[in-house]
Amino acid sequence: MTYIPIADQANELHDPHTFISKYVWSQDHKVIAIQYGSVAIFVGLVALFLSALMRLQLGYPDTFSFIDPADYYQFVTMHGMIMVVYLLTALFLGGFGNYLIPLQIGARDMVFPYLNMLSFWFYLLSVIILMASFFVSGGPTGAGWTLYPPQAILRGTPGADMGIVLMLVSLAVFIVAFTMGGLNYVTTVLQARTHGMTMMRLPLSVWGIFVATILGLFAFPALFVSCIMMTFDKLIGTSFFMPAIVSLGENLNTAGGSPVLFQHLFWFFGHPEVYIVALPAFGLVSDVLSCHARKNIFGYRMMVWAIVIIGALSFIVWAHHMYVSGMNPYFGFFFAFTTLIIAVPTAIKVYNWVLTLWEGNIRLTVPMLFAIGFIFTFLHGGLTGIFLGNVTVDLPLSDTYFVVAHFHMVMGVSPVLVLYAALYHWFPKMSGKMFNVTLGKIHFWATFLGTYAIYLPMHYLGFLGVPRRYYAMGNTDFIPDSAQALNANITQAAIFVGVMQLVFIFNVIWSLKYGKKSDPNPWEATSLEWQTPDNPPVHGNWGEKLPVVYRWAYEYSVPGAKDDFIPQSIAPEDVVMEEGAGKYVDRSEEH
Amino acid sequence: MPIIIVLVLLIIATLLFHFLSPWWFTPIASNWTGIDLTIDITFWVTGFVFVGINLFVAYAIYKYRHNKNRRSKYEPENKKLEIWLTSLTAIGVAALLTPGLFVWADFVNVPEDAHEVEVVGQQWQWGYRYPGADGLLGAADASNISAANPFGMDPDDPYGQDDILVSGKDMHLPIDRPVKVLLRSKDVLHDYAVAQFRVKMDMVPGSVSYMWLTPTLEGSYDILCEELCGIGHFVMRGSVVVEDEESYNNWLNSQMTYAELNAQAVGNPQVGQALYAVCAACHGANGEGNEALNAPRLSGLEPWYIKRQINYYKTGVRGGENDVIGMTMSPMAAVLADDAAINNVAAYIETLPESSAPLTVTGDVANGRALYEPTCGVCHSRDGQGIWAVNAPALAGMSDWYLVRQLQNFKSGVRGAHPEDQFGYQMVGMVSALKDDQAINDVVSYINTLR
Repeated sequence: MTYIPIADQANELHDPHTFISKYVWSQDHKVIAIQYGSVAIFVGLVALFLSALMRLQLGYPDTFSFIDPADYYQFVTMHGMIMVVYLLTALFLGGFGNYLIPLQIGARDMVFPYLNMLSFWFYLLSVIILMASFFVSGGPTGAGWTLYPPQAILRGTPGADMGIVLMLVSLAVFIVAFTMGGLNYVTTVLQARTHGMTMMRLPLSVWGIFVATILGLFAFPALFVSCIMMTFDKLIGTSFFMPAIVSLGENLNTAGGSPVLFQHLFWFFGHPEVYIVALPAFGLVSDVLSCHARKNIFGYRMMVWAIVIIGALSFIVWAHHMYVSGMNPYFGFFFAFTTLIIAVPTAIKVYNWVLTLWEGNIRLTVPMLFAIGFIFTFLHGGLTGIFLGNVTVDLPLSDTYFVVAHFHMVMGVSPVLVLYAALYHWFPKMSGKMFNVTLGKIHFWATFLGTYAIYLPMHYLGFLGVPRRYYAMGNTDFIPDSAQALNANITQAAIFVGVMQLVFIFNVIWSLKYGKKSDPNPWEATSLEWQTPDNPPVHGNWGEKLPVVYRWAYEYSVPGAKDDFIPQSIAPEDVVMEEGAGKYVDRSEEH
Repeated sequence: MPIIIVLVLLIIATLLFHFLSPWWFTPIASNWTGIDLTIDITFWVTGFVFVGINLFVAYAIYKYRHNKNRRSKYEPENKKLEIWLTSLTAIGVAALLTPGLFVWADFVNVPEDAHEVEVVGQQWQWGYRYPGADGLLGAADASNISAANPFGMDPDDPYGQDDILVSGKDMHLPIDRPVKVLLRSKDVLHDYAVAQFRVKMDMVPGSVSYMWLTPTLEGSYDILCEELCGIGHFVMRGSVVVEDEESYNNWLNSQMTYAELNAQAVGNPQVGQALYAVCAACHGANGEGNEALNAPRLSGLEPWYIKRQINYYKTGVRGGENDVIGMTMSPMAAVLADDAAINNVAAYIETLPESSAPLTVTGDVANGRALYEPTCGVCHSRDGQGIWAVNAPALAGMSDWYLVRQLQNFKSGVRGAHPEDQFGYQMVGMVSALKDDQAINDVVSYINTLR
């Protein structure tokens, strides 16, 4: 039997026939993407609401009788874990990964559609288990999103009975879901690219999602085993993370375990996790910037290698989260060194985004505004990362509000701005409708300015030395009353930003129903998903014939060409040139 | 075009906020000025990059805004420029990292002449151990911990007998002498942090971590726990007093060694009975309490709690000028001449038959339970019996009007605010969970059911 590339195989497309197989038990990557995305946005709103409750307590500590210390720590914990894992990871990879990979590489679907469907349902199960912990006795865990033992499973912590067990089980189920999806994304990118789609012609969105997924496949197992081990410590009395302990006067009869071991495992997952979220964001924002600047992404090859190098380095920096953990302090030299090295490829990415704007022809559309906002917030968050990565500077700042402000800028606000850029950018493709531009702009300004009003001042509370994870600051010798006033202002900004996210939800719902029908390629973009025969694309994506790819995804503003964009799937001889400009020549791969 | 103006304004606003912010590092009180210098360098380099790149972005958006009649430049890459930018960034990063690593090398190498002090963390209190005359700390382990041996000292280690054990929130350090702070935890992770010292380190159960510093400025500074350690994390406070060598030695000499603590006499209830007569006038012959005289029930209270409170009344920690009712207790406490007398009275009170005080407070029991169990119940125990290990007295059966008044006192600062009150500050923090009088009544009415 001769080998037939996957792209050419006459696929059995498991065509859906009923409503249920089309929209519920669907194996279509686009439907699964929207299922993933909807659930992720829903839990994200839950986490947003929790953050508002937290901020009420911090801004007005003597006011709200429904927030006691246990509630507060539970809000903090659930907010953090939901945002990092169940919203950002799920939306970037399960949502955009699913939607964009087959469309951008010219495939009809993922290579394992059934597994893909299972991935979503396991994800939904993990979300249900997590949400169930709000309703069990003792409530959800309040151990902080890092779940550090021994505290996480001892009775001095809220939710140490059922809450923590449900959290650990939910994470394990999530990782099963991620693994099924992740193997699929990687295999699809490697095996199912259409004719002419070489790796070095992939849009950066695919590169970001692809490398992030590989990171996830290596990093999540570390979290998986630590969840299993902690569950054993909790339920059957093992001592993986438990040394000899006297807890609230009671000798627990544990011995020999190491709490620091958990931290190493957690951050061996946790640091790559930062890039599991950031790399897809880097990819998506590159495509948005290039398209709306009407200019090729600057330094495409450098951008690809930067993604790969950042991904690789992200596995040898984890202990920069542990400079003051009580591990051997000599580790500080190594981890500070590797951490600051990451700043170089990351800086290159920022330069290249900025240079993509330079000598472009910039359309300030809604997605473009969000992308520009991202450059600003990511630059800010990246630079404060240099403070914390440099082990000496970390000493006074670790465990203060500076850390909270830093990671919210770099992995909260920045990826979320990219998510919005991407949602607005691809909404016309996903729905076939245009969104309301005015509402989109209102949403942008509120979110961009509002979040900066939250997090810029918060850094300065950290300089002052205000510790994070305090239910109430009370009296100290060094924190002035003005810090409390500042906290109230931060809360006002946070509530404002939270409420303004409803504008986005409203815009989506309104536009789905009343939005103008969108052109198949409203942004005049080059990549394959904008060239589908149907809008929105139907099951199987490409009709009779798969597209053939002739060039990279960034052929914008080619001198002499009639249009300022040349789609990847137009044959060189079909490119329309201006009179007297001669024949079209592809110069993108000359190096 | 608003985005261009906004970007420029944001840059200006950020700089203004930075230079005008009153929220800044506390005046440094240790030798770690190298940390502050590294921070300054980092600020200058990153500030320059922040302003430079953002201005460039704003200018690019302005200059290359959309124009139908213009085309972008087609330029897939520019190797020369990319190499330049990469090299400059690498140099900048090296300039940031190098001074930091030199300071870190100082931090990991403890000077040989540093004296040792041990800080012991537990949920949610601090304890301190100083080596005695032999200059060495004896062996200690969590598995030795009991009510009589809260530090987990190894009773057979000769080096430990002269160790000075300090239970309570305050520690002292001599100025200008390098100190190696050994950090130990009995239960969960904690973090010993003093903002004015700049350095901090986690305390890990099962191992001993360390850090070092030289205090350089006299004063009293807050010690905060900065690693989430459970529900009481935010009230785990202490303070460190930096003082001259002589004051430090005086303080140290007034503390008890492990051997002295072990040799302390047990109270004698027979002797205590005679002394109790003066108490009985108000608190009743059986310690049942009398609301009309503002005297709470005493029976059922642990001797360690009684002893501490009598001492507080004697030394003015309780019953100060704001505490009009507590004031009446101060002269009574003064009747007990010495520690032995207090010991004996406490021992007698322990023998009194445990009676429950009458019920006088009503509230929403269900709401009280929701407040009590995850918060109060963690230290005072779920059934209100108190836990010696966290110095939390029994509440069940206590005079309910007294509980209400004390919660109000903690809230208003009448109780717990005195700097010598070793654990009251925790209650000051925890009562912030009870936002109004109704919540206080609810919680006390639930405590009333625990008998």
